[in-house]
Amino acid sequence: MSKAAERNLLEVENLWVKFPTRSGVFDAVRGISFSLGRERLGIVGESGSGKSMTGRAILRLIRPPGIVRADRIALAGENLMLLSERQMRSVRGQRISMIMQDPKFSLNPVMRVGEQISEAYRLHADTSRAAAKQKSLEMLEAVKIRDPERVYTLFPHEVSGGMGQRIMIAMMMIPDPKILIADEPTSALDVSVQMQVLEIMDKLVKDRGMGLIFISHDLNLVSAFCDRVLIMYAGRVVETCRADRLHEATHPYTRGLLNSLPRLDAPVERLEVLKRDPAWRNEDSISGQT
Amino acid sequence: MSGIRIENLNVWFGEHEARVDAVKAASLAVPKGGSFGLVGESGSGKSTILRALTGLVPTWNGRMEVLGQPLGKKRDRGFYRSVQMVFQDPYASLHPRHSVDQVLGETLSLHGFRDIDERISKLLDDVGLGDAFRFRYPHQLSGGQRQRVAVARALAPEPEILLLDEPTSALDVSVQAEILNLLSDLRKEHNLTYLMVSHNLAVVGHLCTDIAVMQLGEIVETLSVEKMRAQQTSHPYTRHLLASSLGAIKTSQPQE
Amino acid sequence: MTMIPQPRQGLRAWLLTDTPTSRTHARLSALYQSWLSFRGNQMAMFGLGILVFLVFVAAFAPLLAPHDPFTQNLLARLRPPGSAGYLLGSDSLGRDILSRLIYGSRITLYIVTLVAIVAPVVGLFVGTVAGYTGGWVDIVLMRITDIFLAFPRLVLALAFVAALGAGIENAVLAISLTAWPPYARIARAETLTMRNSDFIHAVRLQGAGPLRIIIRHIWPLCISSLVVRVTLDMAGIILAAAGLGFLGLGAQPPTPEWGAMISDGRRFILDHWWVATMPGLAIFTVSLAFNLLGDGLRDVLDPKEGSQ
Ligand SMILES: Nc1ncnc2c1ncn2[C@@H]1O[C@H](COP(=O)(O)OP(=O)(O)OP(=O)(O)O)[C@@H](O)[C@H]1O
Ligand SMILES: Nc1ncnc2c1ncn2[C@@H]1O[C@H](COP(=O)(O)OP(=O)(O)OP(=O)(O)O)[C@@H](O)[C@H]1O
Ligand SMILES: [Mg+2]
Ligand SMILES: [Mg+2]
Repeated sequence: MSKAAERNLLEVENLWVKFPTRSGVFDAVRGISFSLGRERLGIVGESGSGKSMTGRAILRLIRPPGIVRADRIALAGENLMLLSERQMRSVRGQRISMIMQDPKFSLNPVMRVGEQISEAYRLHADTSRAAAKQKSLEMLEAVKIRDPERVYTLFPHEVSGGMGQRIMIAMMMIPDPKILIADEPTSALDVSVQMQVLEIMDKLVKDRGMGLIFISHDLNLVSAFCDRVLIMYAGRVVETCRADRLHEATHPYTRGLLNSLPRLDAPVERLEVLKRDPAWRNEDSISGQT
Repeated sequence: MSGIRIENLNVWFGEHEARVDAVKAASLAVPKGGSFGLVGESGSGKSTILRALTGLVPTWNGRMEVLGQPLGKKRDRGFYRSVQMVFQDPYASLHPRHSVDQVLGETLSLHGFRDIDERISKLLDDVGLGDAFRFRYPHQLSGGQRQRVAVARALAPEPEILLLDEPTSALDVSVQAEILNLLSDLRKEHNLTYLMVSHNLAVVGHLCTDIAVMQLGEIVETLSVEKMRAQQTSHPYTRHLLASSLGAIKTSQPQE
Repeated sequence: MTMIPQPRQGLRAWLLTDTPTSRTHARLSALYQSWLSFRGNQMAMFGLGILVFLVFVAAFAPLLAPHDPFTQNLLARLRPPGSAGYLLGSDSLGRDILSRLIYGSRITLYIVTLVAIVAPVVGLFVGTVAGYTGGWVDIVLMRITDIFLAFPRLVLALAFVAALGAGIENAVLAISLTAWPPYARIARAETLTMRNSDFIHAVRLQGAGPLRIIIRHIWPLCISSLVVRVTLDMAGIILAAAGLGFLGLGAQPPTPEWGAMISDGRRFILDHWWVATMPGLAIFTVSLAFNLLGDGLRDVLDPKEGSQ
């Protein structure tokens, strides 16, 4: 156990996210446990299954009235649950970064994207304006944005869907975090750019020993890119497996998700639609710890 | 008769030194009742073509024709009755303070319909939502349900042409399957013409019969979906795109 | 707390339903839900309570006031609080302070209502038109706004009053005319953040014109932040009216306006503290009430926070 703890960057035990509402408490995440080493961990699942809430809960970014409960969320052995809000602020961004799901929503609509990146950089490394701009242009180039000089001066509504996502990725990689949580970072990117962007993340994992939590609904992508996958349903982990074995998954829910994908090489008249079994809700959560 | 015809379309943003040519000399034709896919690199001008068609970008030249009618700088209400668009992001395309009923009701009254109540019921039925959702607000709907409302809004004026900007990229696979099935049913029922943007070749392949591939603002190749499946492509970018799409399925490591 | 699921019955269940059956039902249900979340905020309820009390006092002033607010009694000058017949004491002319406060609540409410109607509406209109239209319309409107903002508020109000003539109505009008620029700026900023959003594009694709988009689609999203801002500004507005009264350009004596009462009592502040303190406390309480209410409204109205 202690050896595993040394190896693992992050350990989550029995995590709950609850939303008190007028008609009772809604549990968005229901007691999941997993660990993250220097690896690429994928989280997949249908919409509303609690993927984003899991990521946000780790950084304590759940908006009130939401509540986070966990036995332990340990970052390199240090229990994040015990930290004060102020200490948490230095964890966010410095040690754990998160790429939020909706890039246009996370960017300030009335500020040029370049200035937003520079500002993020200056917040992290205390440098001159010119140096920050230089660095921001480099970051834009790194995420394969053509013509970074021009994009630097655009407003968020003037960049295309895929450019917005890459701008968010650039921003989050600036502080060189130990752990990156990427929530649907590439859903608006075409495959070739997607691969290039993933390669950057892959490099960070390999070269700097970063841990990556990759939240996505694209099963093919997760299977191709990640090392390990957690499959979530209704706030629980119903199955975990090695990513390259995802296509051999056995749980009917995972099979349903896989079957509803359109295939380029095998066209069908009608796509299969997932049929949900109410019994899945009450299955025990499977531990994703190693 | 042609549904959509675009010849030598140029679209730009900004003036003088700041000018950016987002679309350069693009030409494509979609027959009435056809379904056409637009794929290509991120930032290559796919959304821009749709926005120029609907009149959201005024700075263009070239020739655009819809249902045989050439388009000018201004669009009249008649145009919006026959051409409608579904936006990429279901979280951004519905007014946060308007209920489903208000959204559809306003659309219908803007187009001069009288029997609004019956029509709203019918539209909700068409997109598989039912009357229970009629008075909900966007925050009470999941991403897939929102996108269905957006589709219902686009169908309200009984258009003949539907422009779809990545209608499923923000949705998870199970909802994506539902929306794709819905779109192909609706096309059969109402004999609609689709022009769809997507970055996912499998999605385009499922819904469309022909595709155009874009790179850097230009259409580099137009081909049928069968040809694409058989990998009979001529342009290197198309080949590259196809290879990475198939590669993503087969290999377990990211590759260039 | 209220989080425990309860069996729902009757009207309450009808109001709390997730599946309304008609337009009116949906509207009532939404109203009731907002009321519930507002009710959950105790401080805001406290603020609302004070304001309801203020309205009640103003409405029944003749019944509640123990004395006539204008009757002078030089024999009973400057009585301390608690003396017989003068619960809060009397002022330099022997008028009962409590009665004057009670009648003064009418004037305060009058000021508040008038300003709250004129200033935000002007600001909302100017700001949203400027923000949505852009181009030279925006430049012209915002330069005008800047000119208004550049003058100190009281100086501008003085100029207006001088032109319109002294008196409470004109003072209020002058305050409203000087109060709108900040609202215009807020409305414009909000409009800028949403004028390029897809839901606005979507209505444009239905053939809707700019005026319709501004009024039906942009206003509902600006109004909440304006309402909050107005309630938070109310204290300042009450004080500005008092300031004008103090300069002799607002409420004219012997009108029992709270601000004028303070400046009256200023002369005796060292020996007869209550003359200035009592109206001061009243202004403080009402301002606080508006502030608390504003905070509560922000929680209920802000679409970004209160989406679930
Ligand atoms: N403020 C809230 N109050 C109540 N429930 C909420 C709130 N915020 C989120 N939820 C619920 O929490 C659940 C989990 O949401 P989450 O965003 O984690 O889903 P997700 O798996 O990321 O889905 P998607 O793929 O659509 O992004 C959803 O069912 C959602 O409705
Ligand atoms: N309002 C605008 N002002 C300036 N440039 C713009 C504007 N709108 C789009 N552009 C530019 O036009 C180019 C094409 O954008 P478009 O949105 O059409 O790309 P896309 O093909 O849809 O890409 P994606 O798949 O990433 O959505 C981009 O370089 C973008 O920066
Ligand atoms: Mg999510
Ligand atoms: Mg696009």
